Order: sequence, then structure tokens, then C-alpha cells
Amino acid sequence: MIIKCRRISGGYGEGYALVSPEPISFFGQIDRNTGVVCDERHPLYGESIAGRVLVFQSGKGSTVGSYVIYGLAKRGKAPSAMICMEAEPIVAVGAVIANIPMVDRPERNVFKNGDFIKVYADRGLIEVLD
Amino acid sequence: MYLTGEEERILKGEEGYAKQKAMEILTVLGDIYGADRLIPVSSAQIAGVSYTSLGDEGIEWLESLQDCRVVVPAMLNPASIDLENWREMGISYEYACKQLRIIDAYRRLGVKPICSCTPYLVGLVPRFGEHVAWSESSAICYANSVLGARTNREGGPSALASAIVGKTPDYGYHLDENRKATVLIDVNVELETLSDYSAMGYWVGRTVGLGVPYFRGLKPRFSEELKALGAGLGTAGSIALYHVEGVTPEYYEALNGQVEKLNFTDRDLREVYCEYFKPVDESVELAAMGCPHMSLMELEEAAKLLKNRRVKRGCKLWLFTSIAVKRLAERCGFLKTIREAGGEVYVDCCMALAPLKSLGIRNVAVDSAKAAFYTRLLTRVNVFFGDFKSCIYSITEGQ
Repeated sequence: MIIKCRRISGGYGEGYALVSPEPISFFGQIDRNTGVVCDERHPLYGESIAGRVLVFQSGKGSTVGSYVIYGLAKRGKAPSAMICMEAEPIVAVGAVIANIPMVDRPERNVFKNGDFIKVYADRGLIEVLD
Repeated sequence: MYLTGEEERILKGEEGYAKQKAMEILTVLGDIYGADRLIPVSSAQIAGVSYTSLGDEGIEWLESLQDCRVVVPAMLNPASIDLENWREMGISYEYACKQLRIIDAYRRLGVKPICSCTPYLVGLVPRFGEHVAWSESSAICYANSVLGARTNREGGPSALASAIVGKTPDYGYHLDENRKATVLIDVNVELETLSDYSAMGYWVGRTVGLGVPYFRGLKPRFSEELKALGAGLGTAGSIALYHVEGVTPEYYEALNGQVEKLNFTDRDLREVYCEYFKPVDESVELAAMGCPHMSLMELEEAAKLLKNRRVKRGCKLWLFTSIAVKRLAERCGFLKTIREAGGEVYVDCCMALAPLKSLGIRNVAVDSAKAAFYTRLLTRVNVFFGDFKSCIYSITEGQ
């Protein structure tokens, strides 16, 4: 299935989807060294975002979150791509400085945990494999 | 968003990696917020300075950007230590080295190593109508409201990107239509101290959240009071601009049409002192003032209060300001009086970012609602809120 979306940060990324039912604050809720969700009140507590296509509503919290995303990428612990329902500056800037493909406003929200997803950010397209 | 030929070239990387990344940040923000173009800024004030918040990732990012220089005057937000007198604060060598590495990375980019939340008191003074890219929330309020300059609430990376490119996307508070009042605050209480202004700002920020408050019935005597008000407004809410009837430069065209109306009374003021925060008591070990950084007049007040008093054994008095104002206070003799009473004046830094817990400090009195909010949140010590005099009196003895 092909879904249209808006390019935020360019590039191509693929991987298994990790779908967060809640917004994510990279500063505080994600372990800076491992990419594991470390806030026990977050529904994804204990899951690793490394190498996954991270699907979430939006970012929130401190603008330092952008640097956390950069650090995760440096350590190879960042998502391979990010899909937000609505981009906000913290995650968008993080994706730009970390060179992570990112899109927002997908025309349909059909993503489920474990779907294999290809994100063609430059073309504004998401492919969900059955 | 429309880009000029030159902007397109920068975005393609023809002027190097750092400029390309900076342009990418600005265009992405412009697209998210629906800006139609970039506009020039005359200065930048950059957050993302303290090692406590930036971490090693932030250092890596800054050090990766070394193939360019900023093109407009740029200063920094406070760090977590006094860049010169960190040993006196009890900061470890390892921590100080990390912090100084951050400052050096900014310095190599051409950013002035002046770390203050009051850039408008130390030489970064935009004139009416000028567009800037600032990121310290109280300074943003001051620039927009008191000076009539125009800035959005920038994050650290976007303010740095604006400094490198010299531009910002044209949206939000840069546009006339977003500078109108959205809520009218009728002030029905006589505000006496800077902490009263700070408390009211906090209450309004918390109540309004996002918007442009218009204050009626407010009679500020000093610009320091507006500095304190803006700091409160930017803390509990996302407020970047306010108007004061008869006082701030854009008030006369700020009210048009129906806006929501709120009353601010003595009861609301007391609520901030006694319910949002804890009132100052005898357990205080550290009184920390200067959020935002103290002006020369505030340091003069401190010196007057401390003339015949001494800091009690086991207690500390820390006053925070910018390097320039500290030098002025030294020339005027205020610094000597404060030190003779056992107090210390630190520069470049912020009490809420200082590693207080590792210094063995548990109970801190502050006279700023912003400091009360962030110090509790970031350092996990007990925080008490009171006016300047009661903070000073809680840790000193004498007449």
C-alpha cells in the first residue's frame, strides 16, 4: 500500500514499524545511549526505537530533544525513519541535524506494530508491505 | 516557502555543510508553520548552552559545525557554571571542562561567549520593529513587549541556524496580525515587589497558556518589573508577547474586537506565594536571586539590604548576573558590600542549571517564580518562594 505524506527531512529509510499511541519527549523519555524508551509511564516503555520506523503523533517537551535525536544517530541507535501525524519543531529539527528521513501528515493512518515500512521522504511517499 | 537563488544554493550545500544544515532547519520550520519566505534578522540569542541540558550529543553537534561563522551578532543563554569562578561554586573539574568545551565550540563559530538571559542589558538591544531570533523565554518577552522588536520562541538549534544564515522564517510574532491582544487582564491589586510581578506573570502564563495578554491597571515604575513579569509569563505558559496599557510601545493598537477578560486580584497573588510554591522559612540554606540576571539597580538594592547584615554560618547567598553588570557593580562598590556580608555574585550561569544537589544543598529560597519552577524541576531540591527581602533575611543576621 502506498500512502502520500509531506516531506520534513529528506532521504530513504525502512524497517519494522514501532507505533506510539502517545507523543514522545526525546529528552527524558528515551535513553540517550541505547534508544530504549526509559519512561515507565510511556506505553512503549522498554521498547527500542533503534532501526525501527517510528510512528507517532508528534514530539513534545524540551528543545534539547533535537540534540538527543542527533546523539542517537551518532551511536547508531536512532530510528531508520520517522512518521509523525503532525510535525513539530523539536523532532523536525532533530531529524534534520541527524539526517534521519522524516515525513508527516500521512493521508491514511493504517500503521501497526511490526508492519514493514519504506519511507521515501524526498518523494513524500510511504510504502507499507503486507 | 519561496527561496531566493542564494538561499537555494545554500540549501544545496554549495556554501558548506554547516550552512546547508542551518538552511535546512529554517526551511523545515518555515514549511511546518506555513511561512512564505525568509526575512533578515539583526541578532540571535542562542539557548542550548548548559552541559546539564545539552549533554555530550550537543557538544558533538556543535563541534561538527566548524566550517562556518555566524553572520549577525549572537550571544548565548546562561551556562550551568560561572565560566571564571566555577571553583568557588564547588563545581568539579570534569564538569567544568565539558561546559567550557561547549562555550569554545560556540566561540569558534563567532558567537560571543557572553552567557546571559538579559542580553538587552549587555549590548544586544534591538530597536522597535526589528526582527531577531532569540531563544531565552524571558528575553523573548522583553524584546517583543518592552522593546517592540519581533521574535518567535526559538529553540537552541533554530536560533543558531538563524545566526549562521542571518534569516528566520516569516511567521508567528514577526507578523502584525499575531501581535494583537487575545486576553485582557484587569489588575486589581497593587504590585509592590519584583516577585509580585513575577508571581502575576506566572499566574497569567498558567491561566492563559498561549496567547497575548493585555494588562490594564498596571503601573510599573522600573523596567526591572517588566523583566520579572515576562519571566513569569514565559515560564508557566508559552507567552512571547504582552502589552501594558499606557506603557509598552504597541499597546495602543493591540486591542481590537472582543477578547476574553480576566481579573487578577490579591487572592490570586497570594495563591501563587502560598499554594503554587512554599513560602520562605527557617530551613533555607541558600538564597539564590537573579532570575532573570540582576540589573545594576537590583544589585544596588542587594548591597543596601546587606549593609549591616551577615550571611549565617552554614548558609549561602548567591546572586546571578551578567559579566558586564558585575563589573559595573564592582566599580560602584556594591560588589564589595555584598561580599563583606558573605554573599557571592556569579556570572554567566543560572541557578536552576547548577548541580545544587551534588553541592549538598537541599533548601533554596528564590524571589522569582520562574526560578522556583525550574529549580525544583531540574535540581530536585526543596524550593521556597518569597520577595527579595525575605529571601535575604532568611539566610542573614544583623540589622
